[in-house]
Amino acid sequence: MSEDHTPPKVSHFELFTGFLMVGLFGFGGIAAAIYHVVVERKKWLTARDYAAVLGLGQVLPGANLVNITAVIGDRFGGLWGAVLSLLGLILAPVLILVALTTLYDQFATNPDVIAGTKAAAAGAAGLIFGTGYKLGKTILDNRWSLVFATLSFVSIGLLRWPLLGTLAVLAPIAVAFSFWRGRHEG
Amino acid sequence: MKDDVLWQMAFAFFFTAIISVGGISTMIPEIHRQIVETRGWMTNEQFATAFAISQVAPGPNILMMTMMGWRIAGWAGLIVATLATVIPTSIIALVAGRAEERIEHARWYAMTKRALPPLVVGLICASALITAQAAITDWLGVVLAAGVAVFMATTRSNPLVPLSVAVVIGIVAARYGYF
Repeated sequence: MSEDHTPPKVSHFELFTGFLMVGLFGFGGIAAAIYHVVVERKKWLTARDYAAVLGLGQVLPGANLVNITAVIGDRFGGLWGAVLSLLGLILAPVLILVALTTLYDQFATNPDVIAGTKAAAAGAAGLIFGTGYKLGKTILDNRWSLVFATLSFVSIGLLRWPLLGTLAVLAPIAVAFSFWRGRHEG
Repeated sequence: MKDDVLWQMAFAFFFTAIISVGGISTMIPEIHRQIVETRGWMTNEQFATAFAISQVAPGPNILMMTMMGWRIAGWAGLIVATLATVIPTSIIALVAGRAEERIEHARWYAMTKRALPPLVVGLICASALITAQAAITDWLGVVLAAGVAVFMATTRSNPLVPLSVAVVIGIVAARYGYF
């Protein structure tokens, strides 16, 4: 398939409803939903363009997929496109969350609800472990990446040092190191 | 007094978002440090519950921050937490997005892209540990967390699947007095 892809015209309204869909489809995180809507369903971006935007979102501070939403919204609709895309993304989920929590509070003393919440909280911790493991399996492919992952885990998870100090020290070292390796490996 | 909390919250959420790389799950340790350990706005248990509910609702994981804000200071807290997390970092993203072509070919970009992911893996594991310590109080919690972790690590399933199973097991176990 050729990657010739004329960027489509996307109105502000379409951006809003498109990302509304992403928010509503995104049970358990929106990573899959955003790809489905933006690339497969609406064909706003090719898979390759999406990967480039995603890569950028991953090195920027903040929530990756929210960053990506802002970038895509801006690309097709300028500043207002970005604003409306972000609104579309979070508005409905926030209202659902508020409804869900209000409902939860009504039944917070019910033994089943207490047990279910405790179980969900424990499970949610497991969710993050699983994600970390999966990511680690693909990313930690050499000794040095394992060293850096261990250092950030020990500093934040075990020593409970602040994130700012940890990153201020580790990130420049990691970048410098990757420069140095790049030079040695040609 | 209440305005005071809102300003402090705005700063805490803004600060956490702006120094985080690798997404929402890497924000957990810092936001936990800010709102549970340093300021005592929430207990560990409230933190764990708020996080769990935000995971069950559809939408971006940023809702975790929204939820924390709501629990700390009601509707005003919800709005402040959400905006402080979303707006500043989105502005940075927007500016970077417009310069994407130039950034993509810069050498430091390739190096940064290679250097950051291992740190992010470490941060995510730290988040998992902190969440586990806040959420798990007995052996069944350990079993449920381990079960969900293994399921997530070995399948490509939607996270809601193992989470729902864990909830059902928790409720049944509690009815028989095991939880």
